[in-house]
Amino acid sequence: MRRKKQKPEEVAARKDNFSRRDFLKGASVAVSGGLLITEAQAAPKAPGAEAVAGPGRVAITLKINGKPQKVNVEPRVTLLDALRDYLDITGAKKVCDRGVCGACTVIMDGKPVYACNLLAIQAEGHDIVTVEGLSHGDQLHPVMTAFIEHDGQQCGFCTPGFVVACKAFLDKHPNPTMDEIEEGLGGNLCRCGTYAGIRPAVLAAAKAMKGGKANA
Amino acid sequence: MPKCKYDWPEAGDRKLIGQRISRVDGPVKTSGKAKYTYDVKLPGMLYAKILGSPYAHAKITALDTSAAESMPGVKAVRKIQDVGTEIQWAGDEIVAVAAESEDIARDALDKIKIEFEQLPFLVNEEDLSRAGDHAKAAGTEKSGDPDKAFSDSDVVISEGYYGIQTITHCCLEAHGSVAEWTAPDTLKTYFSTQNVSGIPGELGEALRQANIDVKNNNVETICQYVGGGFGSKFGADRWGVENARLAKLANKPVKLLLERDIDLIVAGARPSSYAKVKVAAKKDGSVVAWQSESWGTGGPAGTTMPPLPYVLTGIPNKVTRHTSVGTNTGPARAWRAPNHPQAAVLTMCALEDLAAKLNMDPLEFFMKNADLAGDRGKVYQEELQKAAELIDWQKNWHPRGHSTPGPIKRGLGISMHTWGGRGHNSNCNVNIHPDGSVEVDLASQDLGTGTRTVIKIVAAETLGLPIEAIELNIGDTKYPASGASGGSTTVGGVSASTRRASVDARDQLFAAVAPGLGVPADQLVAADGKIQVQGDSSKSLTWKQACSKLGVKTIQVTGKNPGPCALGSSGVGGVEMADVNVDTETGIVKINKMVCAQDCGLIIDLKTAESQCYGALIMGITYALYEQKIMDDVTGRMLNPDMEFYKLAGIGDIGELVVHMMTGPGYDERGTIGLGEPPVISPGAAISNAVANAIGVRVSTIPITPEKVLAALEKGEIS
Repeated sequence: MRRKKQKPEEVAARKDNFSRRDFLKGASVAVSGGLLITEAQAAPKAPGAEAVAGPGRVAITLKINGKPQKVNVEPRVTLLDALRDYLDITGAKKVCDRGVCGACTVIMDGKPVYACNLLAIQAEGHDIVTVEGLSHGDQLHPVMTAFIEHDGQQCGFCTPGFVVACKAFLDKHPNPTMDEIEEGLGGNLCRCGTYAGIRPAVLAAAKAMKGGKANA
Repeated sequence: MPKCKYDWPEAGDRKLIGQRISRVDGPVKTSGKAKYTYDVKLPGMLYAKILGSPYAHAKITALDTSAAESMPGVKAVRKIQDVGTEIQWAGDEIVAVAAESEDIARDALDKIKIEFEQLPFLVNEEDLSRAGDHAKAAGTEKSGDPDKAFSDSDVVISEGYYGIQTITHCCLEAHGSVAEWTAPDTLKTYFSTQNVSGIPGELGEALRQANIDVKNNNVETICQYVGGGFGSKFGADRWGVENARLAKLANKPVKLLLERDIDLIVAGARPSSYAKVKVAAKKDGSVVAWQSESWGTGGPAGTTMPPLPYVLTGIPNKVTRHTSVGTNTGPARAWRAPNHPQAAVLTMCALEDLAAKLNMDPLEFFMKNADLAGDRGKVYQEELQKAAELIDWQKNWHPRGHSTPGPIKRGLGISMHTWGGRGHNSNCNVNIHPDGSVEVDLASQDLGTGTRTVIKIVAAETLGLPIEAIELNIGDTKYPASGASGGSTTVGGVSASTRRASVDARDQLFAAVAPGLGVPADQLVAADGKIQVQGDSSKSLTWKQACSKLGVKTIQVTGKNPGPCALGSSGVGGVEMADVNVDTETGIVKINKMVCAQDCGLIIDLKTAESQCYGALIMGITYALYEQKIMDDVTGRMLNPDMEFYKLAGIGDIGELVVHMMTGPGYDERGTIGLGEPPVISPGAAISNAVANAIGVRVSTIPITPEKVLAALEKGEIS
């Protein structure tokens, strides 16, 4: 069976006061046909224990790829929607919109997170790196170069999320084994079936990120 | 020299064709710069959402959208189906709303009041006895004398029940479009599609039927990148038409991409197929008779029979009967190799069970019967041998029932497949400018199969230029029309139209520079960025120098497919083998290794060709073991319309994968043949056969879930 676990980093990133589920429960969402929205695991918090924002639009500043960006969003707007719909930063993709597929992966304070599973207001005050922040003009990140060389992409819709997840993974695991790669990138899904190219690409990127030294 | 002027270069003369070349759009895709339909954001753009039916079969008795319409931020509301309409599947579109944000649009859907009269429905068809009048006889075919063949005392007979589930396409980019009326009669639409050139006609027709005056020529369709299609994105679709109507109504650009749940429920379905199969062979293993009673569903319209028996069509005595079951589920869409994965499971599993009953090694059995595949028998034998070598069949296979000790059982399985893959109609413009730049234009699309890369390789090879010298424009109806990307038709179509245009353009350039070089044009060659006299490298011009001789005149040539000289053909084989571990305590199946030996004529780019096969094996592992559109008999709805419970294989689920492309003499001279479909056909059957070999009993239907494995073990017999 496939691994299906939440990244530990994700869990760590959620110790703040907001959770999307709380808002979803409060707001009347259309679940046309969607029957399987799992119940929120979050226990109710004591009244007054958390910051209150909204329900109207809130002015926030997000630090994205090193640059502060002002945006007015309702508190229920996810980081992913804020990036895509409000700031036109579209490298992170919307696919499952429920924290499963990893297509929206961004790096927050050095940790990979699902941008669809965070509210934009939760991301305020944190360093957000998106796939756009990993290349500079024609200068590609070694992970991108490796994905190209080993053809770890087809339609390309999962690719930016994979690239970001891979970068964050290699920052923590500079000498990964294949088991670690399969575990560490288990939170990103692809439909075209590009994993066969991604596996060697991650090894090649690890090598390149260490300046081309032989892998230990 | 090639016999016909457009023919592909001889093997020794190919500089780029057949090499492993990285896809040309790799940099924009990996860096997140590639703009998909889902990424389009226009000034003032609205966001649309669709409200679908909660019931599988119901009549709309009341519909009130007034509260939604009066909400601040809501700019357009369209009743797609009104009072009196009979809904045939849950999720079917009833109202569309366009608003200033996604959240407002979602809120607005909540304010819509609909009343229904619920009607009886059927959403599951595996138990045919419950289908009632939803089941309709859909034909029977007979050849030879099957009754006599089965009653022959000299034959061994195997009977079994086999099946393959309904799956959904689950394209990572949902279906949808962005529509913008740039003038009252002019529509610009960004579409997530496999069919750029086909959208304006379909959309224009639908809009005119809605009394919106727009000519097809005034509908521009753009799709630079598409996040998966797999057969589900050929049409304009009702939501595409509705989006253009919302944009008209609101007089603003509107974006309508389906929500993930709706996309899984209505925008993709590969029909199911189930069959009771009886097969007979002589004691030497030669198959002599086939009998199948099959059924399946593809939504309200039911199904047609898969091509049974599959591949081994020369079985001398055959009878097939098919029943089509109409269900209240989202309608079928083409899914890579329509009806073939179904045929492979029903045929190859039945035949492997027969081989087991004969106590024959299935490799030997399929080698022996390969000639029943007609004139491709020899190809299958070569591919069987190659695949067997790659999976080390001789060492790793054991007879069924001789299982490995301990709770983890290992087994090997085989399947074979076939597909057509002839190139579609395609028009391509090649322009050579006096400044030396080369532009190739065609309204094709790159689904991630490598279409851009293939076109550039063909143009560059023909013109003797590096790939980077070719500027390619696709994905927009302002370029010459090219066919839809489906049925493995694209590579054959675009490579041929590009080759013909490039050869003609090159020859015009030769004609322009020949006088200056003092030789007839037919003695010139284009290679290594030069135009030179054949056999005399001292007499040459650089590409730029040659083009400058054009003065102010750009060479502009259109190439077509079909056209003169045979650049492609149709009909491939393909063999896949699986090596699996089955945990008999938990029922979990794990892939150790899969191999694929695949032919597809002349390969333009070996790297992206191999990727098609790797991807197909992985998609195949997903449908063999994990994914299924699960319908609820009680509510009539899909139970798993999200990506947590609609399960795709992850990077740790795929085992070792090996792909071998059959190339060289005997293959290359067939010209280009498509590859998108064939390798995705066999994994279900190969994995099912490997599981049967591992545990000694057949798990009748895929996906092979742990509970089915445990149930089959408990039953303990080959069913």
